[in-house]
Amino acid sequence: MARYSWIALRCAIALASFFLVGCNKEGTSPAWEVPGATVPANFPAPVYAAAQNPPTREAYELGRTLFYDTRLSRTGAVSCGSCHQQSGAFANADHRLSQGVEGRLGARNAPALQNLRWKTSLLWDGGATHIETMPLAPITDPREMDETLDNVLQKLNADPAYQQRFAQVYGERPITSYQFLRTLAQFTAALTSANSRYDHYVRHEANGALSAAELRGLATARQKCAPCHGGELFTDESFRNNGLDATFPADSGRAHITGRPQDAGRFKVPSLRNVALTAPYMHDGRFHTLAQVLNHYASDMVDSPTLDAQFRRPNGRLGISLSEQEKSDLVAFLHTLTDSAFLADARLAE
Amino acid sequence: MKLRKISAIFFYLLFSSAALTSCKEDSDMQPKVGTLDVAIDHVVGTATLALNTGSYATPAGDQFTVSTFKYYLSNFTLKKADGTTHLVPESYYLVDEAVPASKTFTLSGIPAGDYTSLSFTIGVDSARNVAGAQTGALDPQKNMFWSWNTGYIFTKLEGTSPQAPNTALVFHIGGFKAPHNTIRTISPSLKGATIQVQGTQTPTLHLKADVLKMFTGPTTVRFTQLYNTMGGANSVVVADNQAAGMFVVDYVHAN
Ligand code: HEC
Ligand code: HEC
Repeated sequence: MARYSWIALRCAIALASFFLVGCNKEGTSPAWEVPGATVPANFPAPVYAAAQNPPTREAYELGRTLFYDTRLSRTGAVSCGSCHQQSGAFANADHRLSQGVEGRLGARNAPALQNLRWKTSLLWDGGATHIETMPLAPITDPREMDETLDNVLQKLNADPAYQQRFAQVYGERPITSYQFLRTLAQFTAALTSANSRYDHYVRHEANGALSAAELRGLATARQKCAPCHGGELFTDESFRNNGLDATFPADSGRAHITGRPQDAGRFKVPSLRNVALTAPYMHDGRFHTLAQVLNHYASDMVDSPTLDAQFRRPNGRLGISLSEQEKSDLVAFLHTLTDSAFLADARLAE
Repeated sequence: MKLRKISAIFFYLLFSSAALTSCKEDSDMQPKVGTLDVAIDHVVGTATLALNTGSYATPAGDQFTVSTFKYYLSNFTLKKADGTTHLVPESYYLVDEAVPASKTFTLSGIPAGDYTSLSFTIGVDSARNVAGAQTGALDPQKNMFWSWNTGYIFTKLEGTSPQAPNTALVFHIGGFKAPHNTIRTISPSLKGATIQVQGTQTPTLHLKADVLKMFTGPTTVRFTQLYNTMGGANSVVVADNQAAGMFVVDYVHAN
């Protein structure tokens, strides 16, 4: 009990100094807010609420330093940012499969990192269930960063700058795995994309005008894609088989986690936000353009026992019926989900 | 704006000093509490477990050695004769044969009284498997955490056996979701003994953990067939064996 009081006291002192510093700075520069600290008006309640890891500027900036630090990898050549680039909504532009230490190829396409606060599970198969512990996967994967948590902490603890910055946030030394993971989550949780032209449109804000084609595309998406890419996050977070393959020898997707045959070939429904920038597409990056994706849905779908029921049409055909007009309208609409403010936000940059 | 922030500081300071005083008062007013020591011996049948050097055989005749043996015990709950129970908060322990000190630990803050039974979990409750960064026994630095399929490894036994196809034994028992849930809560018999928790003395519960019981019980494990499991159906088989009698109470020492 007494220990908790001391922690509370320390927090109070830390908070006090934080606010005092904040006061001083206020006079000189405009208010600086941790990105993504508030819930966008059109978004649901987050899974990982800000209160679970209250954003502060120091912790957030420290998390950002970690995200871009190549020392998190064994070779010192690969950072989280190597595979997750801001210019591509933190996906890996132009890489079908991710490339880790020594050019080793991973098994999957690196997804965009955005709106992670709202995710009920992470990774294409949902194998990671918490934003704080998820980084342990890329750090220890031999095809990604090939490093151990022990080594990462040793490297951080050997660096006076990190020692000082962590001590400033947590008020104690040495740097622990708890501090490291919580700090990294300050950054990843902050990656909020909610200022696309579409968002301005639904929130009735300035610059929210959509063209006739874009509006038609929105209507088509709500009708034909929403069963999976629904809601303001453009994903229902479920695992589905969208007819890419007949068998799944290399990557069984969700079944890899659950061990259940009925999950073979099912993958997490990805968000469509910033999708114009996150090519190549699908868990293995097999499609290069949105036009190819739409052709897949309209005419190239492959049958398998776990194919989602949505794709079995009354006429016996597979997929989604899409006219050429609907396809071009959809592509136009998908471009309205590009959030240039997110891509250019200097607070998120290295 | 500035004023509001400064008053916020004072509230925090006020709050923390209030917490300091209230703590003192609390402990005066609280009912008497005591502690219970737990001491665990690791055996293989009738032999004492010796990492690397000891060589053992299962009742089915498979030979083996053990290089790693560690496991989580959690959620210790004590029960009085009148049925009232006390769950020891934050009772998570990683017991590791390679770290002798980890084989004894102290459960504290237990309301004084006579307890006639106890239960605990082999493993970690499902909530803590998905609760994000953790400290202490649950720190992922303990290398008992699966990152690609989030969750703790509840029991880790590694070793060798000439019967195993590549001679390696890898038993990583874990998983908290149906149908491959390996969380097992057990209540080994106190054999009529009572655990008397008081302020003045610390009783010790002596437990015995028998490695052999991972391979015997409801299902006999033969290393020709089952020698490597990291979660999934085979881990459930081993977890069921563990639940059936891996932990027994040796004796309760009163003081
Ligand atoms: C070698 C390239 C690479 C590196 C380095 C890398 N990632 Fe990733 N990241 C990926 C790939 C590939 C996936 C998808 C993997 C999968 O689903 O199995 C992914 C998935 C993710 C996801 C899940 C996103 C979602 O929507 O499910 C998060 C979060 C993430 N990475 C964060 C990080 C962080 C934090 C780091 C640094 C500690 C990092 N990544 C380092 C390639 C990389
Ligand atoms: C039954 C559910 C379902 C429906 C309906 C659906 N999708 Fe998908 N979509 C998925 C799944 C699952 C994936 C990921 C599949 C994979 O990678 O294995 C996906 C992937 C995508 C991708 C790739 C995104 C990326 O980042 O790689 C795009 C683009 C896409 N869908 C667009 C659409 C459009 C447009 C529609 C409507 C015409 C649509 N989808 C309808 C389930 C669905």
